[in-house]
Amino acid sequence: MSHGNMNLTLKVWKQKNKDTKGRFETYHAKGISPDMSFLEMFDVVNEQLITENKEPIAFDHDCREGICGACSMYINGRPHGPKGGVTTCQLHMRSFKSGDTIVVEPWRSAAFPVIKDLAVDRSSFDRIIAAGGFVNVNTGNAKDANNILINKDHADEAFNAAACIGCGACVAACKNSSAMLFVSAKVSQLALLPQGQIEREDRVLNMVKQMDEEGFGNCTNIGACEAECPKSISLENIARMNREYSSAILAQNKLHH
Amino acid sequence: MTKSGFVTSSIGKKILMGITGLFLISFLLIHCFINALIFFNDGGETFNKGAEFMGTNWLIRAMEIVLFIGIFAHIFLALKLTIDNRKARPVGYMVVNGSANSTWYSRWMGLLGTLILMFLVIHLKHFWVVSRFTDEITSGKETMFDEMREVFENPIVVAVYCLSMVSLAYHLLHGFQSSFQSLGLNHKKYTPIIKSIGIIFAILIPLIFASMPIVMHFGIIK
Amino acid sequence: MATSSKLNAKIPDGTLESKWTKYRSTVHLVNPANKRSLEIIVVGTGLAGSSAASSLAEMGYKVKVFCFQDSPRRAHSIAAQGGVNAAKNYQNDGDSVYRLFYDTIKGGDYRAREANVHRLAEVSGNIIDQCVAQGVPFAREYGGTLSNRSFGGTQVQRTFYAAGQTGQQLLLGAYSALQRQVGMGAVKLMARHEMMDVVNIDGKCRGIIARDLITGKLERHFGHAVLLCTGGYGNVFYLSTNAMGCNVTAAWKAHKKGAFFGNPCYTQIHPTCIPVSGDHQSKLTLMSESLRNDGRIWVPKKQGDTRRPNEIPEEERDYYLERRYPAFGNLVPRDVASRAAKERCDAGYGVGTSKMAVYLDFAFNTARYGTIEATKNNLHNPSKEEIIRLGKEVVKEKYGNLFDMYKQITGEDPYEIPMRIYPAVHYTMGGLWVDYNLMTTVPGLYALGEANFSDHGANRLGASALMQGLADGYFVIPYTIGDYLSDEIRTKSIPTDHEAFVKAEAEVQERITKLLSIKGTKSVDSFHKRLGKIMWDKCGMARNASGLQSAILEIQQLKKEFWLDVRVPGEANEFNPELEKAHRVADFIELGELMCIDALTRNESCGGHFREEYQTADGEALRDDDNYAYVAAWEYIADSNFELHKEELKYENIKLAQRNYA
Repeated sequence: MSHGNMNLTLKVWKQKNKDTKGRFETYHAKGISPDMSFLEMFDVVNEQLITENKEPIAFDHDCREGICGACSMYINGRPHGPKGGVTTCQLHMRSFKSGDTIVVEPWRSAAFPVIKDLAVDRSSFDRIIAAGGFVNVNTGNAKDANNILINKDHADEAFNAAACIGCGACVAACKNSSAMLFVSAKVSQLALLPQGQIEREDRVLNMVKQMDEEGFGNCTNIGACEAECPKSISLENIARMNREYSSAILAQNKLHH
Repeated sequence: MTKSGFVTSSIGKKILMGITGLFLISFLLIHCFINALIFFNDGGETFNKGAEFMGTNWLIRAMEIVLFIGIFAHIFLALKLTIDNRKARPVGYMVVNGSANSTWYSRWMGLLGTLILMFLVIHLKHFWVVSRFTDEITSGKETMFDEMREVFENPIVVAVYCLSMVSLAYHLLHGFQSSFQSLGLNHKKYTPIIKSIGIIFAILIPLIFASMPIVMHFGIIK
Repeated sequence: MATSSKLNAKIPDGTLESKWTKYRSTVHLVNPANKRSLEIIVVGTGLAGSSAASSLAEMGYKVKVFCFQDSPRRAHSIAAQGGVNAAKNYQNDGDSVYRLFYDTIKGGDYRAREANVHRLAEVSGNIIDQCVAQGVPFAREYGGTLSNRSFGGTQVQRTFYAAGQTGQQLLLGAYSALQRQVGMGAVKLMARHEMMDVVNIDGKCRGIIARDLITGKLERHFGHAVLLCTGGYGNVFYLSTNAMGCNVTAAWKAHKKGAFFGNPCYTQIHPTCIPVSGDHQSKLTLMSESLRNDGRIWVPKKQGDTRRPNEIPEEERDYYLERRYPAFGNLVPRDVASRAAKERCDAGYGVGTSKMAVYLDFAFNTARYGTIEATKNNLHNPSKEEIIRLGKEVVKEKYGNLFDMYKQITGEDPYEIPMRIYPAVHYTMGGLWVDYNLMTTVPGLYALGEANFSDHGANRLGASALMQGLADGYFVIPYTIGDYLSDEIRTKSIPTDHEAFVKAEAEVQERITKLLSIKGTKSVDSFHKRLGKIMWDKCGMARNASGLQSAILEIQQLKKEFWLDVRVPGEANEFNPELEKAHRVADFIELGELMCIDALTRNESCGGHFREEYQTADGEALRDDDNYAYVAAWEYIADSNFELHKEELKYENIKLAQRNYA
């Protein structure tokens, strides 16, 4: 089956499950069209492997339109590959040239154990949200929506933070495996909105506590997360979370000590 | 969460790193100011006055202790962060294209810091140990200015000092603005100003420091 | 026509306006102490699943929630772009509950239940309130109030939105509510788990068999009730705007265990998608309907015109939607817009290399916005460039992410040249038949959101899917489930070593073993692609009797071949995406057959179901209300054997009429 005329060499991380050691395996992707997405190129390779009675490469993916956050490949030393502002599924083969060797690795972090090949377990992110990434409001408790007026700039800024897709590229990019950009995006969204004010302090304390317990590293402000984030979540959110955290600590000590 | 929770939390460590960093930056500024007094080129007269003040004023002496605590805290936190961060990625990447998303010096702060620490040991031995633990200065046998001239006669020492100042410059280039970010001071309007000041500071201060051994070595300042 | 005795929609008595209010106040309740011992299984974590799971857990029920994705936040509701409708009338433009109800019934080409749709319109406002309370960052005006925009099939502005990421923001709101309950221990989250079958005991649904997708282990889970919130089956067409993992498996298993399947042939083909670029394509990408607010659709007046779009002068362009439907223009409902695009392309006016595309052009409105901005900024006599620059800024703020996505995929810049678009499968109005309580024909088994045959009749209006998913989960099921569970308070939780669980698990195990043991020569995807082609060609935007008849035979043949020649690599007890796909495709094949049977049986055109034999002189869908004003609810009898049951649709408040958007 031929689609185009690009030929590529892939070095892909293969690992049976979380308990076994992995290794790199070399594959040849032939007849690739520049219009294919990176994942469609993988589809072609897998189809070939299945035909040859070999084991296909496992990877996470779902919506393939850059919004679900499932896809997670570390391509040639960068999460989601060489193009800024896109997820792997929106990375097209026109960003490569025929003859290239492409190294594909899974997200690497103690908090993201490998499940198989390129698929990792990101449930740590869910647990961080469960620790405080919400407004405590039961269904049916809401008042009329327009009773809460929100300054447009704040609403826009909250939206920009809320645009995070939870893919984990920030952790993958960070040399320290820090999850600060992800956590700060949610903390920021709710800190910027009136709905989030009541639990502001508990939220940041609980979420940071959970983040630390999950085994993510410490932020040293190198900014790789922001640069690699497919949704361009800003470092300002991390600064805001640092602020939120210090003032929560101060306020809390006032209350309890 | 208790206070100890703050210190051990990722953000707590980061904020303390920022605070100690800024404190050391303020020290650099004062140190640089005092040392720059040699440029009066008055045979070290003004400089020696400054040095004497620094050596005898009780507040400065008290701050010296705080300074050492700050340095040790900064180093200890850095070590702790580095060890923790290693643990956070037990299996590394085969290919890392760090230059695509960050500056090399922001990623190598630990190495730059270690170089600065090594320099610091040499530097303290050259001047601080001499001034505080021998009677060379207090007995009036020698002034600090004499001591400088002596030390910088050796071209290897001059080279080590200059190279160390390059390390310091890069360390500051990231550290200056990073401290503000850690303290949560990131603002659309002010952050660009902070970053500009940081760049000027990171270049200017090490440059002034580095010029001292050079001018002393070549006798431009006598 | 009379409704089948096997179907009881349980529509409450009373006037349309009072039905829900009265029902809500009289439906049986479960007291808080009893709720704690009642277990509910929710399958799927999209808008319907997350909102239902969190709401039920808040009420005190013990909830277990399952999703096949690695996190509940990845459910495909996340990808909805344009917005969510609500009859708030914030724009003072004459909107009301009745008007939303009316628009939805009419938009659905008079094939939806009046009572359900009215309830949907009634609770629509609460959805916005709830989402805002959760911190969903909707678009706002400078005064701080919520902003609205227009969608197809309506003449009011009632669509609330968050840039082109409304689904994402609503889902993250529901997800945060869900995670809050997970954190409190009220919901047990089972991610990377796929439902493989439902378990019925004594005629009631009592649980599910799920597969842990990481270890491959089969698990038995008991529930007093099971809620399927598993989305639509658009992927039966292989290429669709659905996510790769979207599947019919949960609904199909339920169907085979007694739940009737409603209106399977009602498929929504969305008019504005990025055209297919090659046979490597794995999915299609939607360009939000909101773009039709500001984009004008046209083709060249000359057949086979090869000039670049910007070189074709104004008078040589055919704005065919504005020409055919002046009252609604570019904002006609989706089925109408899709068919019109197909008509132009089939007639030889299509554009692009494939000639299967039309232009969606923003130049006119970019200039219009630019002029407005210039006036606002007190710029007198602005240059043309200045106007375009200002206009582009406005367009960017409204649709920036969509424009970026378009450019990323096609390599063309839509700020400079018109987008090329073509219809693509997007949503399925059909689904499991449910009564007013959202319960299927199996007691204790519910279907919510896109998984049910829903409130959209034969065609869904834009921005109504999000509304329905959240209405079902937040504001309908919390009340209606009491009607069933109030009789279940004496039912102790059934141990999962019950023979029904053992048997169901054994059947699943058998199927897995079978799939792995075929070791044929063709990949799962190759079968999926072939199925998709049959469905698109013969059961797609236009259908006819002979095509459907041959499609049924082809699908039966494909099914045989699948079970003889599919190759599923790997093992059962490991993370095995190919095995997951194989299960799903096997079910899609069976569903495809039923869809064709349904389409063949419905000898009329309505909404998304367009039978070429039944059209007006103008090429519009021609309904046959005397014979087909019913919901087709199919009962599974045996392989390739389905029995039709009809639920008569009674219109007591709306007069049936030929839809007219001209």
